[in-house]
Amino acid sequence: MNLPMLWIIPALPLAAVALNMLFGDRLGKKGTAFLACGAVGLAFAFAVRAVLTLAGRSEEERQIVETAWTWFRVGDFSVDVSFLLDPLSAIMVLVVTGVGFLIHVYSTGYMAEDPSFRRFFLYLNLFMFAMLTLVLADNYLLMFVGWEGVGLCSYLLIGFWYEKQSATDAGKKAFIVNRIGDFGFLLGVMFLIAWTGSVNFERVFASAPHLFTAGGSIITIATLLMFLGATGKSAQIPLYVWLPDAMEGPTPVSALIHAATMVTAGVYMVVRSHVLFEMAPVTLEVIAIVGAATALMAATIGLVQNDIKRVLAYSTVSQLGYMFFACGVGAFGAGIFHVMTHAFFKALLFLGAGSVIYGMHHEQDMRKMGGLATKMPVTHATMLIATIAIAGIPPFAGFWSKDEILAKAFATGHYGIFAAGLLGAVMTAFYMFRLYVLTFQGKARFDESGGHAHAHAHAADAHGAHAHDAHGHAAAHDDHGHDHGHGGPVKESPWNMTVPLSVLAVLSVIGGWVGIGKPFIEGESWMGRWLEPVLGSGPHVHHLAVSTEFGLMGLSVAIAAFGIFMAFRAYLQQPSIATAMHERFGGVHRALYNKYWVDEFYDAIAVNPIYQASMRLWRFWDEKVVDGTVNGVGYFLEGVSALLRLFQTGYVGTYALFIALGVLALFLHFLRS
Amino acid sequence: MAQLPWLSLLVFFPLAAAILVAIMPANAHKPIRWWATIAALAEFVFSLPLWWRVIPGQAGFQFEEKLDWIPVLGAQYHLGVDGVSGLLALLTTFTTLIAIIGAWTSVEKRSREFFALVLALEAGMLGTFFCLDLLLFYVFWEAMLIPMYLLIGVWGGQRRVYAAVKFFLYTMAGSVLMLVAILSLWFLQKQYSGIPTFDLQAFYQLPLAPSRQLWMFLAFAFAFAIKVPMFPLHTWLPDAHVEAPTAGSVILAAVLLKMGTYGFLRFAMPLFPNALEVCAPYIAWLAIIGIVYGALVAMVQPDMKKLVAYSSVSHMGFVVLGLMAMNSQGFAGSMMTMLNHGVSTGALFLLVGVIYERRHTRKIADFGGLWTVIPVYSVIFLVVMLSSVGLPGTNGFIGEFLVLLGAFKHSVWWAVVAATGVILSACYMLWMFQRVVFGPVTHEENRKLTDLSFRERLVFAPLLVLIFWMGVAPQPFLDRMQPALDRVLQMTNDRAQMMAQADATATAPLASRLPAAPAAVSVPAEQGGAR
Repeated sequence: MNLPMLWIIPALPLAAVALNMLFGDRLGKKGTAFLACGAVGLAFAFAVRAVLTLAGRSEEERQIVETAWTWFRVGDFSVDVSFLLDPLSAIMVLVVTGVGFLIHVYSTGYMAEDPSFRRFFLYLNLFMFAMLTLVLADNYLLMFVGWEGVGLCSYLLIGFWYEKQSATDAGKKAFIVNRIGDFGFLLGVMFLIAWTGSVNFERVFASAPHLFTAGGSIITIATLLMFLGATGKSAQIPLYVWLPDAMEGPTPVSALIHAATMVTAGVYMVVRSHVLFEMAPVTLEVIAIVGAATALMAATIGLVQNDIKRVLAYSTVSQLGYMFFACGVGAFGAGIFHVMTHAFFKALLFLGAGSVIYGMHHEQDMRKMGGLATKMPVTHATMLIATIAIAGIPPFAGFWSKDEILAKAFATGHYGIFAAGLLGAVMTAFYMFRLYVLTFQGKARFDESGGHAHAHAHAADAHGAHAHDAHGHAAAHDDHGHDHGHGGPVKESPWNMTVPLSVLAVLSVIGGWVGIGKPFIEGESWMGRWLEPVLGSGPHVHHLAVSTEFGLMGLSVAIAAFGIFMAFRAYLQQPSIATAMHERFGGVHRALYNKYWVDEFYDAIAVNPIYQASMRLWRFWDEKVVDGTVNGVGYFLEGVSALLRLFQTGYVGTYALFIALGVLALFLHFLRS
Repeated sequence: MAQLPWLSLLVFFPLAAAILVAIMPANAHKPIRWWATIAALAEFVFSLPLWWRVIPGQAGFQFEEKLDWIPVLGAQYHLGVDGVSGLLALLTTFTTLIAIIGAWTSVEKRSREFFALVLALEAGMLGTFFCLDLLLFYVFWEAMLIPMYLLIGVWGGQRRVYAAVKFFLYTMAGSVLMLVAILSLWFLQKQYSGIPTFDLQAFYQLPLAPSRQLWMFLAFAFAFAIKVPMFPLHTWLPDAHVEAPTAGSVILAAVLLKMGTYGFLRFAMPLFPNALEVCAPYIAWLAIIGIVYGALVAMVQPDMKKLVAYSSVSHMGFVVLGLMAMNSQGFAGSMMTMLNHGVSTGALFLLVGVIYERRHTRKIADFGGLWTVIPVYSVIFLVVMLSSVGLPGTNGFIGEFLVLLGAFKHSVWWAVVAATGVILSACYMLWMFQRVVFGPVTHEENRKLTDLSFRERLVFAPLLVLIFWMGVAPQPFLDRMQPALDRVLQMTNDRAQMMAQADATATAPLASRLPAAPAAVSVPAEQGGAR
C-alpha cells in the first residue's frame, strides 16, 4: 500500500526548528534560510503527494487516517495523536504549505538584514508545525494543540521586535484575547466529550445525530461555545480587537499568520464541525449575524485608516466575516472556497505592502507614499491584481468566492445578510482602491532622494486635518532598528521577494476558477464536487434561476465598479471630495478613525475593573481581612501568653504547650463521653 | 528482592546523609555541597526503581514493611507504596536533588546546616508519603515542619522570622485537630474490633456512622486545606515563599503543598466518604474561588516570587477541584497537576532564584529587557511559563484539561468558572514575562547579568525534558497512577454506600456492630453539619 505519511508533513518544519536551534549559529543566514524554506517546501511536496493519493481514490474512500500514538487515556476517555486527510483538510494543507512556502522565501529577502534572522525562521517554522497539526488533526484535542500552538507563535512573532513596548503589548493582547476564545472552545469540546464520549471527528459526527436533539439547547450551547473559540482565532466580533494590533509584527508574519492561514482556523473548525452546527440553527443564525456585522464594521473602519497594514488588517477581519456568514447561511463550501482565494490575494496584498514598506525604508503611512507605480513595477502590477481580486471583479479569484457567498445568502433567503454583504463589497472595493491609489498613483509625497516624507502637504492627505493619533498609529511603523540605511532611492525589491509576489498574483487570477459553477457550467463546480464527500451536497435550497444568478453577479460587479470609481474620484482626480466628506461627517470620521473606541470600551468595562478588583482583593481582603484575622488570633494568644509569661519564656514553645494542653483536653473530653 | 527494607532505606538514607553532612567541618564549604549533592543523587538513583519495578498495573500497596513500634497503642512502623505515593516520592527525590544543585552558590552562611536540613527534610517527606500508620504519619508530618521552619527562619529574607512562625503556627493549628481525629479513630477502632491499632488499612475497613464522620473529616480536611493551601487559609504561603531561600521555595512548592492534596486522597476522602459527599460541593467551590482568586491576586503582585506563590494557590485549586469531582478523569488530572505543578512551579522558583542571586532583587520593576542580555535564561523562562499557563504540548495542559473534564462531568458550572483560570493564568504570566524579559534594558545593572552557568543549565535540562515528556506522552505517568487512583475511588464509593446503608437500616446486623454513638460527639457533629 502506498503510504502517504501524513505525519511527516508537520514533522518536517518541526525538525527544521530543532536543527535550527542546535546548529543555527554554525549555519549562517544562508544555511538557516535554506533549512527553513527547504523544510516547508518539502512539506508542500509531501502534501501534494498525499493529496494526489487521496484524489486517486474513489469518492467514498477519500479519507486517510494515520495514528501515531495514544496521547493519553484515562478511564473510558482516550485521545490519539492521529492525522486525517480528507478533501477538506487537503485544501487547507495545500494552502498552508504552498502559501507558507512562498512567504518563507519572501522572508529571506524581507528579513535579510535583521539581526534576529535565525530566531525569525525558528518561530516561522514552529508556526508551520502548529498550523499543519491544526489542519491535519483528526480530533478536537489534537486540533487544540495546533490551535494554541499557532496562538503561541502568533504571540512570539507579533512581539518579534521585543524591545518595542507596543509590539510586546500587541503580542500579549493577541494571546490573551485568543485565550478567551479558547476557553469557549475547550468548554464546547467538553460538552461533546460528555455526550459522545469522544473527541474524534468521525466518532463525534457519527454519534451526534443520535445523542443530541437537533435544535436542542445542549447542541446549541456547545456550538456557540465552539464559535466563541472561532471568534477569537478568526478575529470576529467581539474578539476581533487583537488582529489590527497584530500588525506590529514583521510584515511576512502578517501575511502568513494574520491573513492567509492562522486566522482562517476558526472558519476551518466551523466547517469541519458542520455536522454539529447544522443541528443548531440558532447558532448558525448567530454566526451569520456576527459574520455580517463584522464584515460591515471592519470595512467601515478600513475606509479611513492611513497605515497601509492597518487597512489590510481591517480588510482581513471583514473578509473573515464573509467566510463566517457563508457558514451561517449553510454554505460551508463557499466559506472554504473564500478561505482559499483570500489566502492567495490577501497574502499577496500583505507581501506587496511589505515590499512597499521595504522599498520606502519602513514607512507605513500611506499619506507619505504615492506614485510608486513606476518605481516598483513588479510590486505595483502584482498588488493591482490582488486589489482587483479582492474588490470582486471577474475573472479574478475573489469574485468567484465572494459571489458564491452572496448568492447562497440570497438563495437561502437571508436578504438582510445579503444586503450587508453587498454594502461591505462596495466599501471593500472603495478602501482597497483608496489604498492602491494613495500608494501607487498620484505624485510622490516623499523626498525622493532621502526617502523622507514630506509634511502633510499634499491635498490627497485626506485626513491631515484629523491627524490626532491617539494611539500613535502613524508611529506604529515597521521599524526594526536594523541599519537598513534610511535613505537611498526607492527601488524594486530583490528577486526573492518579487518571485513569490508573482506566483501569488497568478494564483489570485486563476485560483478562483476551480469554483466556477452554475450558471456557467452544468451541475456543481469542481470545488463543490471535491468537497462533497465531507460536506454533503450542501443546503437544500431552491435553485436560483439562471437569470437571477446572472443578475446577482451583475449587481455585485456593478457595485464593485462603483466603489473603484469612487476611490479614483476621491483620491486621485478630485481630492477635495475626500476632504469635504470627512469635514462634513467629522463625527462619523472620528468614530471610524478611532475604531468606534472599542478598545477603550473593553478597557473600561473589563480590563481596568478586573485590575482594580484584583488590587483590592490583595490589599484589602488578603492582607487586611484574612491575614488580619490570623494575626488577630496571634495577638490574642500573645496576650494570653503574656499572663503565662511568668511561667514560660519561649514564644513558639508557649504556643506548643497550649497546643499540647488543648489536645489533651479534647482527647480527655472525648474519652470521658 | 530478598526482603531488603527498601522503603526504609529510602527514608533513612537522607537522614544519615544529613547527619554526616552536619558533622563535617563548618567551613568546608565545597566538600559539604559536594557530599550533599552526591547523597541526593544517590538517593534519587536509589528511588528510580519506583518507576519501573513497583508501580505499573498493581493497585494496592507494595514493598510493605511492618514492625511493632508502640505495642501498647498498637502503633506500628508500617511503610508501603502505591502508584500515587510512588510518583510523589520520585518527585521528592528529584526535586531535592535539583534544589540542592541549584543552591550551590546561593547559600553562603552556614552551608553545612543548610544542606543537612534539606536532606533531613527529604527524609521527612518520603516518610510521610510511605507510611501507612496514622500515628507514624502524624510524626512524619510534624517532623517535616521543623527543617522547613528552620530553612525559612535562618536562611530566609528580611521578614524571615515572621514568615517562619506564621508557617509553623498555621500548619500546627491544622495538624493538631487532625491529631484529635486520629486519636478518635483509634478509639473507635478499638471499640469496633477490640484491637487497638493505628493501621491505615484497618481504618479503611472501619465502618463509621455518617453522622459522626463529619467532624473527623473536617479536622483532617482543615489540616490538609492549610497545607494545600486552600482559600481562605492560604495567607501563610506568599510570606513563606517570599522569605524562604530558593531551595526552600522549590521544595515547599513542589512537594510540601502536595502533602495536603495527598492527605485528602489517602486519608480524608476514603476514610470519611459520607462526610465527603456532604462537604464536597463546598470544598470544590472553595477550590474554584482559589483558582480565580489566586490568579487575580497574582496579577497585581510587584514581586516575582509572590506572583509565583499566588499562582500556586491557583494551580493547587485545580488539584483539589479534580479530587472533588470524584471520577477517574478528575483524579488523574489532579494527580497529574500535582506532578506538573512540582515541575513547573519548582522551575519558576529556580528561575526567580537565578536572577535574585545575581541582582538581589525580585521586583518585576527592577528588570526588563533580559532577552537581550541573557537569552538562554529567557528561552527557558519562556518554556516554563508556557507550561505554567497550560499550553497544549506541555505538561500543564494534560493536568488542567483532565481536571476540567472531571469537574465538567460532575457539574458544568464548576468547569465553567474554573476554566476562567485558564484565561487569567495567561494574563498574569504573560504580563510578568513581558515586563521582565521583553523591552529594552531599563536598568544599567542588568546589562552585566551573566547567562546561565553550566551547573544551572544542568538543573533546568531535566525540568525541560519533563515538561515536554509529560505533555506529549503522558501515558507512562497515567498508567502508573491510575490503578491506585481507581482503588481510592472505588473504596471511597463502596464505603460511602456501605455506611449509608448501615445508617439507613439502623436495625440491620451491620449497624448493630457499629459502636454506639457517644452523645457528646454526635451532637457537635450535627451542629457542625453544613447542611
